[in-house]
Amino acid sequence: MEYTPPPFFKRGPSLLARLSFFALLSLILLYADVRFHYMEGVRKAIGVVLYPLQRIVDVPGEVASGVSSFFVSQSYLQRENERLAHENFLNAGLVQTQQELIAENRQLRQLLDMKERVGPTSAAAEILYFGRDPFGRKVIIDRGSSHKVEEGAAVVDDTGLIGQVSRAFPWTAEIALITDREQAVPVQVVRNGLRAAVFGTGYDGALDLRFMPVNADIEDGDVLVTSGIDGVYPAGLPVAVVSNIERNAAYPFARITCTPAAGVNRHRQVLVLSRLAPLPAYPPAAQQKKAKPRKSRRD
Amino acid sequence: MMRGSGFSNLSTEEILLPVRPLYVVLTLVAALLLDLMPLTGWVLVVRPDFVALTLLYWGIQQPRKVGFLPAWLLGLAVDVAEGSLFGQHALAYSVMMFSAIALHRRVAMFGVRHQMLHVLAILVLMQVIVLAVRAAAGGEYPGWSYFVPSLAGALLWPVTRFLFRIPLRSRQDPDEV
Repeated sequence: MEYTPPPFFKRGPSLLARLSFFALLSLILLYADVRFHYMEGVRKAIGVVLYPLQRIVDVPGEVASGVSSFFVSQSYLQRENERLAHENFLNAGLVQTQQELIAENRQLRQLLDMKERVGPTSAAAEILYFGRDPFGRKVIIDRGSSHKVEEGAAVVDDTGLIGQVSRAFPWTAEIALITDREQAVPVQVVRNGLRAAVFGTGYDGALDLRFMPVNADIEDGDVLVTSGIDGVYPAGLPVAVVSNIERNAAYPFARITCTPAAGVNRHRQVLVLSRLAPLPAYPPAAQQKKAKPRKSRRD
Repeated sequence: MMRGSGFSNLSTEEILLPVRPLYVVLTLVAALLLDLMPLTGWVLVVRPDFVALTLLYWGIQQPRKVGFLPAWLLGLAVDVAEGSLFGQHALAYSVMMFSAIALHRRVAMFGVRHQMLHVLAILVLMQVIVLAVRAAAGGEYPGWSYFVPSLAGALLWPVTRFLFRIPLRSRQDPDEV
């Protein structure tokens, strides 16, 4: 089986020495990554090398979906066309009233001398694949820093917030979904304006609304939207719907479970919203006290 | 563990052509491509770690040709592709390579079914290291399904062995049917 001379003639460092060397090297990298985030540059460089491989692997799926979309039946297209025309008709009315509302809102804000809210610009992107790290919930999209996708930008689909760009590579970007265990989104209950924060649970289709007192005014079916006070997510994006509330007086907080509004697993198309203009600085008094840490993971 | 010289393998192992480095590189790239496949749903849960399985194969079959360096570099590549901590797979693959090289004589003496058990143990060890790193970094245990890829990898061992040997069979072997 072996064509090399017997082991006692030619041997490099012992097996254990080699293992120790590589293990130590890995541990140093891990420490530098976890503790100081030093490794982002190297990560990006390797990401660029891997990019062509990722595109190659994506080809069969694209061909398959191309072939299947070519053979869509006539009746299906007709039905969809009708539905879209109907939707478009409904939306046209909404858009017209919205134009009016935007104009009116601007005027009122000017009257009240309030800062104008800048709507975010958006870029369409496609989900390439789901992250394989079983410890987090992430997806990779086909737009990156060369398409002006910035780290920290909010990502939405047609029904609501999906997540946040956690890492931007030159041609791809990694999105931490709102269901990721480390993601937190500041929200507001639409019905009464109550502010809170939703946290990911690490499972599909479930979010935690934490730190709400047992007697908080929250009901089943309440719609939660982003509050916009964090300076990361634009205000008013649908995030989740309250699905289950357990009020147990033995605990200080109620256990509130929500269902994400966006269909993360249903679509491939997403929108990356550009980052908002930075919020005005904290007033000096608040800064001294360090009143409130940012709720979002990345600022 | 020490008695396996080349001759004890002759009864069970067929004689194969020498492995060219290019072939090893090709298999590893193919494994990385398989790992990068865009998957969703339950396939993602049972998907074996092809890179680990390929490295393990070469670690056991050719411990002098495939050592720690390719394992370590591919570990870094997998870390970037998965978006996990930088170095967790590098560490895990290094330890996996260590066990593969340390056990390669022993594993070669067994039949395929017992080899699968060895592979399962090594793959689980590899995943336990990843788990330990994540736990140290503040991650939480993702549930029992976390270990399914190891099981899938062990079940794929005979297939891997068979496929990797096809180009290595000698054409003029009289024993071949």
